[in-house]
Amino acid sequence: MSDTFIFGMEVFLNGLMAGVLYALVALGFVLIYKASGIFNYAQGVMALFAAMTLVGIMEGRVPFSHLINAIFGTHIHHFGWHLPAVFGILFTVAVMAGFAWCVQKFIFRHLVGQEPIILFMATIGLAYFLEGFGDLMWGSDIKKLDVGLPQGINLLIDETTFGWFGYGFFIDNLDLVATVIAALLVISLIIFAQYTKQGRAMRAVADDHQAALSVGISLNFIWVMVWTLAGFVALVAGIMWGTKSGVQFSLSLIALKALPVLMLGGFTSIPGAIVGGLIIGVGEKMFEFLVGPLVGGATENWFAYVLALLFLVFRPQGLFGEKIIERV
Amino acid sequence: MFYREAGDFKTTYKDDNQTFPIKFDRYRYYAVMFAAFAVIPFLINDYWVNAIFLPFLIYAIAAIGLNILVGYCGQVSLGTGGFMAVGAYACYKLMTGFPEINLFFHIIISGGITAFVCVLFGLPSLRIKGFYLAVATLAAQFFLVWLFNRVPWFYNYSASGQINSPERSLFDITITGPNADAWAKYLFCLVFLTVLALIARNLTRGTIGRTWMAIRDMDIAAEIIGVNPLKAKISAFAVSGFFVGVSGALFFSVYLGAVEVGEVFGINKSFLVLFMIIIGGLGSIFGSFAGAAFLVLLPVLLKNVLVGGLGWPTDLAAHLEFLIIGALIVIFLIAEPHGLAQLWRVAKEKLRLWPFPH
Amino acid sequence: MKKLATLAVGAVMAASPVLADLVIPSLSYRTGPYAAGGIPFADGYEDYFTLLNERDGGIGGVPVRVIECETGYNTEKGVECYESTKGEGALVYQPLSTGITYQLIPKTTADDIPMHTMGYGRTSAANGDVFSHTFNYPGNYWNGASGAINYLLAENGGDLSGKKIALVYHNSAYGKEPIRTLEELSSKHGYELSLLPVDHPGQEQKSQWLQIRRDRPDFVLMWGWGVMNQVAIQEAANIRFPMENFIGIWWSGAEHDVLPAGDKSNGYKALAFHNVGRDFPVFDDINKYVVDAGKAAGAGDQVGNVLYNRGLYAAMLAAEAIKTAQGIHGVADITPGMMRDGMEALSITEEKMASLGMPNFGPSFDVSCENHGGEGLVGVAQWDAGSKTWSLISDFAATDGEVIGALVEADSSAYAAENNIASNCS
Repeated sequence: MSDTFIFGMEVFLNGLMAGVLYALVALGFVLIYKASGIFNYAQGVMALFAAMTLVGIMEGRVPFSHLINAIFGTHIHHFGWHLPAVFGILFTVAVMAGFAWCVQKFIFRHLVGQEPIILFMATIGLAYFLEGFGDLMWGSDIKKLDVGLPQGINLLIDETTFGWFGYGFFIDNLDLVATVIAALLVISLIIFAQYTKQGRAMRAVADDHQAALSVGISLNFIWVMVWTLAGFVALVAGIMWGTKSGVQFSLSLIALKALPVLMLGGFTSIPGAIVGGLIIGVGEKMFEFLVGPLVGGATENWFAYVLALLFLVFRPQGLFGEKIIERV
Repeated sequence: MFYREAGDFKTTYKDDNQTFPIKFDRYRYYAVMFAAFAVIPFLINDYWVNAIFLPFLIYAIAAIGLNILVGYCGQVSLGTGGFMAVGAYACYKLMTGFPEINLFFHIIISGGITAFVCVLFGLPSLRIKGFYLAVATLAAQFFLVWLFNRVPWFYNYSASGQINSPERSLFDITITGPNADAWAKYLFCLVFLTVLALIARNLTRGTIGRTWMAIRDMDIAAEIIGVNPLKAKISAFAVSGFFVGVSGALFFSVYLGAVEVGEVFGINKSFLVLFMIIIGGLGSIFGSFAGAAFLVLLPVLLKNVLVGGLGWPTDLAAHLEFLIIGALIVIFLIAEPHGLAQLWRVAKEKLRLWPFPH
Repeated sequence: MKKLATLAVGAVMAASPVLADLVIPSLSYRTGPYAAGGIPFADGYEDYFTLLNERDGGIGGVPVRVIECETGYNTEKGVECYESTKGEGALVYQPLSTGITYQLIPKTTADDIPMHTMGYGRTSAANGDVFSHTFNYPGNYWNGASGAINYLLAENGGDLSGKKIALVYHNSAYGKEPIRTLEELSSKHGYELSLLPVDHPGQEQKSQWLQIRRDRPDFVLMWGWGVMNQVAIQEAANIRFPMENFIGIWWSGAEHDVLPAGDKSNGYKALAFHNVGRDFPVFDDINKYVVDAGKAAGAGDQVGNVLYNRGLYAAMLAAEAIKTAQGIHGVADITPGMMRDGMEALSITEEKMASLGMPNFGPSFDVSCENHGGEGLVGVAQWDAGSKTWSLISDFAATDGEVIGALVEADSSAYAAENNIASNCS
């Protein structure tokens, strides 16, 4: 077997792993879009905010300490505790639920029945707000996030593949964990949606607001729930990316990685997000590997979109999007 | 009171079809134009021009351009930053390649080149619709920025990879470069904005504008009544591209003078201009102005109040700025979902009836 | 037309109050994607001037007033900051961003205000003959590139032929800076250079590091910034690239760049043009007069960090230039024009730094009209993950002046030709 083929296989596998991470971000978009028709621009900032809150709670940072110190001239920074990751995650989920409730209560309840573009715009406002709010609350420094996830090369895969090909493949442990978590997340979401009362209500709302309302489903409750779920997904994505790079502003930019995935997979399909993520992940990594050196590299950002574009020209509604039926 | 139509009779169709049918509106418009051309240039200094007026004027041009595409023709575009970069780089290449030709023409030609590129990336719009179309324009955004960064020809092989606008003048008045006077730069951009806004206003209420709106409202129905979607969409991309290209050229040559493509024309710019037209009001020329003003002026105002006025630490002020802008967007939306332009329209209606609303 | 101009000038004049103080604008970025780097620098910059005010009553008896303006690393906000502060009589600008620097080079020249871009900005501004108001002492990117190669040469017994060196860089004007120098040097020293661009913001670098793992370069150099640094160091640790063969530029070598990777970042190296750590007498004074007195610019938790030291160093160089200018012109309350003269006549010696409580804090150098870049001495610092400290492991050493000089000459003369700039020194 030629070297290029072996290297290509390694790149392919890593592309799949990267794709899972993209899919994780895209999942949050899909949840909200499906249930309420809102394209949530704030999803990236939510991931940042969730990760910041997690670190803040785990390290016992005092929220708004900078603001408090500036106003009262005090010098408080820490509560002086260190919480284990599990509690941190639980508390953060609670915070995200509170956030979801606020979003519903103060923003979207007042915008029921508006056009999609207006709902989109509201999430722009929300993104601005949350960005300022998060920084004000926890400060804008880089925070180290460690919830005990393994990182670094997986030796087992390295040795096995070395035995097969004479070249050990590199697979990051964190990526493996991310894949497992993403799989669990999707499976539990599907089980939740198929077999629980709330899940069925959620699907009913996604299908038809009016009909759902008329059989006694509380739209408000479902929407708060969906935003909480999206907040949870954002937290998971935030943990995965934050473990690698530290929690910092750039985390909010991962939303840009999710956009081509969404376009490709369709805004309304959870399997679409997963498959789309995998295609984008593999596609951009393989292109960088095969064509990148010829054109000077750093092609990943734009190639993801070109790839999505090529797919869309043939299937304008995305891979798994509902067929667009237009009537006059 | 004085804001009313009573006694304002129209005797010809021409009168009835003018841009500002109400007399008071018309006079207010003349007053604004007078102030913009004949009063403000005498009052402003470097700070007002470079920090407030230039960004406002240039963003307004970009916003009008994008509004034609998104607001009038219904084609979502997230490639504004990339298309502005095309305008800027075209202008740079023209300025350094043909220094004997006047800057004015360079900017017009840059607009034309951008229009061409914009049409190219607009072609998929014939098949892809709605939010999905955004992907085509995002591909343009990322690809163009990458291209300008990658191919040294675009920045004349300079070691730094940045482009600098050389000094150019019009009627012996310096327009670009560090020695240009504030008022000259201001007037130069103002002329562009005024002319382009007039063109946009008249395009959008003419035949071509109606075909755009027909496509926006329902493309299949439009096709059935005889609107050619190819022509309508491509012309919207071309006109929009021209406007955005001109704004990009001005942004580079007059306003900043030096540009690094990834930083200045990144994806954030695309979002910013889109936010402007959504906040200002889709499908409204006035909305483009209002949105540009909102997002250019408000941060500066907030900064001056919080840091200059109240003496807060700069970082707290910057965080609060985001928080307040975000909150304001949401509050405006809840009060009036169709943007500042609609707010203005409603206010005008109310004023016309005041003080006898019934 | 003349009248318009006079009116405009009049308005500017009226807006600037006449106060007896030395105005230093601090264009900081405590928010946005690069906040982690901006906060310590801004703290260090301001704290040093606070120290001078509190301890010495200012410089030459005139108090220093620092005006902080938040740029968020955004060029347009930088323009706003420049315009809003220049009327206050700003003495010297530290724009702290490549974009803002390029923007301000012609403007500051026209407004007769000097600008100091320390270890960033336009490298060819070292040629003072062309760039009259821009200074980039004590070192620039090309010095950095050459310094890294020189260090590797010294490590490898003076021979790099046949070695493979990879450059991982931020795909922007900043990241592309060292390429030309490294290419020139590669033909001189016979190493093989491979280039690996990383697109902004650099959160995803798997492709680049997989390639490094395949190609097995002997050394990796990095020109990174922001989140790219943390991810690159993490990925290097993941593929088990030996950290001591991994050298970053000075903007990729602060505490917050290596801390997220934990112990695995041990041994990572970064270039330096000033000293690191807090083992200097000046920190006692800073603690006494600034931090303990509750006058610190930030939370006071950044003191002694690499970038805090850099801010401190920049402030020290500015303060010394002010003293020089005061000496030249015999006036205590100097103007920006005088400040420029002071910067051009600046001479930093070991004795001077020692007397300021900062012995061996940076290289000693002299600025002249032709040379705005100093001697370009570059050192190397190494990270110890155990004690969580950086330490300088090589002295500030000379870089390849021959190669760099030619490149500076070529780039600056191209700029001069493009913009019709007359010689400043002759």
